[in-house]
Amino acid sequence: MQVLTLTKQQALFEYLIRLADDRLILGHRLSEWCGHGPILEEDIALSNIALDYIGHAASLYEYAAEIEGKDRHRDDIVYFRNDVEYKNLKITELPVGDYGFTIARQFLFSAYSYFLYEKLSAVDDEQLRGMIEKHLKEIKYHLRHSREWVLRLGDGTDESHERIQKAFDELWTYTGEFFYMDEVDELLSSEGLAADTKEFQSEWKKLITETLEEATLDAPNFNQFMATGGRKGLHTEHLGPLLAEMQHLRRSYPDANWE
Amino acid sequence: MGENNGQKLNDTQWPLWEVFTQGKKGKPHEHAGSLHAPDAEKALENARDVYARRKEAVNLWVVPSDQIVASSPEDEGPFFDPANDKPYRHPKFYNVPRAVKKRS
Repeated sequence: MQVLTLTKQQALFEYLIRLADDRLILGHRLSEWCGHGPILEEDIALSNIALDYIGHAASLYEYAAEIEGKDRHRDDIVYFRNDVEYKNLKITELPVGDYGFTIARQFLFSAYSYFLYEKLSAVDDEQLRGMIEKHLKEIKYHLRHSREWVLRLGDGTDESHERIQKAFDELWTYTGEFFYMDEVDELLSSEGLAADTKEFQSEWKKLITETLEEATLDAPNFNQFMATGGRKGLHTEHLGPLLAEMQHLRRSYPDANWE
Repeated sequence: MGENNGQKLNDTQWPLWEVFTQGKKGKPHEHAGSLHAPDAEKALENARDVYARRKEAVNLWVVPSDQIVASSPEDEGPFFDPANDKPYRHPKFYNVPRAVKKRS
């Protein structure tokens, strides 16, 4: 039996790809709201957030390509990988659903991103730290935007309450993956290059529980079955069609450019 | 706050808010436009997304539109015409020192 040892370089590449994939896929999902938002102002807000994510992903992919050292462009990483090579969390690839579902997911993911990035802002890597600090400002706004909506939809009309409660009920099973850790995280954590997700799990739970309570929503059962697999490339049936739409032009016309 | 807020009764949209943006610290807030929002916090967030996403502002004010008291077009004569023939109200008959001119 061959024992593969992960090098620090491979682990960092993988870690950056995971962070970037989460943001690219969720950004792509959110961009589906562009032109379809419930009101003009929210349409702009969601498209803004989608662009923020794609921007975050772009700089993370660029750094990943640099760490990999194989002279790949970030676009090659995005357009020429198949679903099994994508390492995003399953929660990011789920269809947009209704506005309540979109907001519930935004809140759960933004809260996770916020605590994760707070930890990552102390990593022992100047380039990564610079990106994290820049992105953290935007993440704080994403969290504020979604949290305020959770309060309004939860404590709003009977219909809005019912819809966002249903959204949270459907989403819980995907939240365990936020705290998934494997050899990549362990190796990097020991080098001060990654966050130990266990360190902020209780803070995350507290924020979610308190916000739901304030929004008059039922608190989640954190001990239910939790879906995993995204970090290993095992996805839901929803990722394939998303990638097909995103990648088909580039794959059909690999040499196309803007001229 | 402002049930009708300057809107027609059959209008089901959220209340209207006026947005003021401050371009730089110390500069005045200027009217940027208006938007719909259910309440003050969301009005502020919407203002950020609609009027300040391209580095236009360092500070924002949002005001319910129905809270603004405006002069009407009929007021134009009595309000503003008397100013037309009083050039002495403008401090333009003084020589401004060069150092001061440079700064402004």
